[in-house]
Amino acid sequence: MACFIVPATEAIVTSVVAHKVRKTQSAQEAAHPENTAPSAGISWKTKLSWLNTMLWGGTILLALEHVWHGEVVFYPPFLTAVESTAGTGVMLREMATVGVGMSVLVTGVWLAMVFVAERFPFVRRRLVSEEK
Amino acid sequence: MTLIITLVAAIAMFCFRFARPEFARKNAIGVLALMYFGASVMWIVDGVANLIEGEAFVELKDATILRDDAILGGCVVALGLVAWLCLLMIKRFSASRSQRGQ
Repeated sequence: MACFIVPATEAIVTSVVAHKVRKTQSAQEAAHPENTAPSAGISWKTKLSWLNTMLWGGTILLALEHVWHGEVVFYPPFLTAVESTAGTGVMLREMATVGVGMSVLVTGVWLAMVFVAERFPFVRRRLVSEEK
Repeated sequence: MTLIITLVAAIAMFCFRFARPEFARKNAIGVLALMYFGASVMWIVDGVANLIEGEAFVELKDATILRDDAILGGCVVALGLVAWLCLLMIKRFSASRSQRGQ
């Protein structure tokens, strides 16, 4: 019904965090150029961009599915479930269960990706070389 | 069916990204792969929720639903491509602007 709103909210938060990290990292790179060596590992800028892309991409594509099924419309109140009290309750319950589940699983997958990228030297070397 | 189509698209893009790394890096194929992968993960959660409610994880018996979901899957892949192309154009435009600035 509106489960994609939860990952969308997370995407907004992670985008803000990524923007701040990018700024801090650029300032650090300018001050200490030796830290940009491949031995420094994959930057948080890149790691956060993976999470952002998964969240925004998933949100956009899920939004299309909701428009397709008539759950999201282009005129107020935008969500058809909000038109009745019962529908609003069901929508909120779905957001709390499915929506939160989506956010948690995407974040979990991202954490696993970060773990693999950091722990496996072959993957790490390749990603660092691609980053430069 | 939408989940299957999106997941296949994500796997195909990941394979392409690692098979042709230079081309993939220039054209941000990884972004497209991650977009499809993110959506697939979200639909997996949706499928599990359906299972808990006693419905099928992926509806494969009803031909009408199957056809509708397959068309939706195609539209999802197409929308992903459009979003990726827009992102690519913005990146190229900002790169050329910064080059001109230097």
